[in-house]
Amino acid sequence: MGRILAILKKEFLQMGRDRLTLGMVFALPLFQLLLFGYAIQTEVKHIPTAVFDQSLSAESRDMLEAFSASGYFDVYHAAAGYTEITHLIDSGRVKVGIIFPPDFSQRLKQGDTAAVQVLVDASDSMSSNTAIATANAIGLLKSQQIFIQKTHQAGIPYDIRVRPWYNPDGITAYYMVPAILGIIVTMTMVMMTAAAIVRERERGTLEQLMVTPIKSYELMLGKIIPYIGLGYLQITVALLVGALIFQVPIRGSLLELYGLTLFFITASLGIGILISNIAKNQMQAFQMSFFVLLPSIMLSGFLFPREAMPLVIQYLSNIIPLTYYLVIIRGIVLKGIGFSYLVPQVVALIIFSVVLIAWSIIKFKKKIV
Amino acid sequence: MITTRALTKSFGSFTAVNKISLEIRQGEIYGFLGPNGSGKSTTIRMLCGILEPTSGSGVVLGYDLIREAEKIKRKIGYMSQKFSLYDDLTVYENLDFYAGLYGIAYRERKKRIGEMIEMALLKGRQNELAANLSSGWKQRLALGCAIISRPAILFLDEPTSGVSPTARRAFFKIIQQLAHENTTIMVTTHFMDEAERCYRIAFISEGSLIADDTPENLKNEVIKGVLAEVVHPDGLFMIDDLEKLPYVKECSNHGPALHVLLESPEAVKALNDYTGVEAKIIRPSLEDVFVYLAKKHRRRVS
Ligand SMILES: Nc1ncnc2c1ncn2[C@@H]1O[C@H](COP(=O)(O)OP(=O)(O)OP(=O)(O)O)[C@@H](O)[C@H]1O
Ligand SMILES: [Mg+2]
Repeated sequence: MGRILAILKKEFLQMGRDRLTLGMVFALPLFQLLLFGYAIQTEVKHIPTAVFDQSLSAESRDMLEAFSASGYFDVYHAAAGYTEITHLIDSGRVKVGIIFPPDFSQRLKQGDTAAVQVLVDASDSMSSNTAIATANAIGLLKSQQIFIQKTHQAGIPYDIRVRPWYNPDGITAYYMVPAILGIIVTMTMVMMTAAAIVRERERGTLEQLMVTPIKSYELMLGKIIPYIGLGYLQITVALLVGALIFQVPIRGSLLELYGLTLFFITASLGIGILISNIAKNQMQAFQMSFFVLLPSIMLSGFLFPREAMPLVIQYLSNIIPLTYYLVIIRGIVLKGIGFSYLVPQVVALIIFSVVLIAWSIIKFKKKIV
Repeated sequence: MITTRALTKSFGSFTAVNKISLEIRQGEIYGFLGPNGSGKSTTIRMLCGILEPTSGSGVVLGYDLIREAEKIKRKIGYMSQKFSLYDDLTVYENLDFYAGLYGIAYRERKKRIGEMIEMALLKGRQNELAANLSSGWKQRLALGCAIISRPAILFLDEPTSGVSPTARRAFFKIIQQLAHENTTIMVTTHFMDEAERCYRIAFISEGSLIADDTPENLKNEVIKGVLAEVVHPDGLFMIDDLEKLPYVKECSNHGPALHVLLESPEAVKALNDYTGVEAKIIRPSLEDVFVYLAKKHRRRVS
């Protein structure tokens, strides 16, 4: 314990004297947020969709077929009720819910307007925009089809009503800012700890540490803990920028956000410290960080929705902590959901943290190679 | 305090330390000498438990070098060849850090750090960043960090390289004081005046231990024959020719003079006739001994 304290004290002193580190903590959120705050929208396909079919008729099946055939909707879940749809969207497992009323087929046969309700999780504006546009188009197309068949008909045969949830105005910044925050934090944490051990190795101070009675876990924890504080400092700066400049509303509990963020910070620090234990020099550590961070940014669902990616890539993105944190931070900030919806993500991050840090502790040997 | 048996370290196919067996007793200043790359640092690192020996064994303070390295680390101090303190911490902070690592109680710490600052002649510089110290000061600070835990054994790897003669003398005085207080010290050096002050000297060449004795014995017993000093303006160009003479065993240059090793005292006259200057019979210095040993070893190997 005393030895951890000694390392902590030393790390804090060094951190305080390192202008570059402090600059990175404050300047990075500002620059990155302003830079990425307004991101380009891309077309989205294969949006996970659930259906609640109360009609169970040939007509409803025909309509659903049209949704599937468009390529934009992957209907893979038949819900048993309205609440299940709500739950599926809340938990993020689907982004679109299609609801057929019980009288769907009947009204259609009578020549009345048959309503199809389409619920869209619009907190992801990229996929929601696509969903909304496509759903409308499908409705129009199907309507036309029937017009041609029954030219004597008066009203429009189908009426599809879309309700964008969480982000009704489709503001990109709402969706992007929390994600960028996640990227900034993981970037800072990984890069800084990646240098932590290997820098001492290069400077020769590690050899001196190796002849002291310090234990591997004491050194690793002593190196990691100071950066947790730094991570929180950075998140606070980023949240302030998000709230003040982009007016991103924080709908969920701030306390919960801070609490759950801990495991994302520790997972990121785990990646960094492991890199530091593997790399031979600082240059290598830097390259390895880059090698880890780039896929994180590309595959985590930050730039492109995961649903739009090939299945293999989707599996790959499961081993990226940022993937889970994006669900957490978007969930809390935009949807206002709480811990109970985020248990799998939190568990995943805890597993990452424990495995990565334990791996580093085992990997570090008080021997020169 | 330290005993090794056939301690060996190989890096790939290259053997840096070759079956070294040595013994160091309590309170000794044990000098470890040898040309660059002869394996001094490698040996010390093994004795400190930070380098795994390839074969052989060793016992330090009663602990096995391989199985109980962590126990050894609690009781030794080490100063590596390269300055290895934190440049961005002050003198006081560096000392405080090592005091913390060795678990020195808080009540005791201030006093101990004060002692170290006094010992290292660093008074008034406590709040100076280590980066801003000159090399002599740095070296003494590193020593302070190495002995703040009051180790039973102190390993010093070329502690006085790159330091002015005055600072060197100040440093060695501290070492002698420590030995006087019963700390065992193993020190590597390239300076003969420092070697002279060691109680025992080991000389290694190309990884092998080729001599291990007191400075007195080394000077008296190693060199067989008579050593003559020749001062000649063309001395440097005469070495090869001199070595071809039947009564000359060896020849090397020491500054402006040549040291010529002869078979017998009678050969001095022949040498004088050959060179045309008066040769002087001298007592071998440690340097003569080491040059002699290194040459002999190299001949035997090739
Ligand atoms: N980690 C290593 N990998 C490969 N070779 C090494 C390693 N460490 C040392 N060596 C080699 O082992 C030999 C002995 O090195 P060592 O540092 O022990 O010599 P030294 O006697 O301390 O020399 P110097 O007086 O220059 O400090 C050298 O040839 C060196 O190149
Ligand atoms: Mg050396």
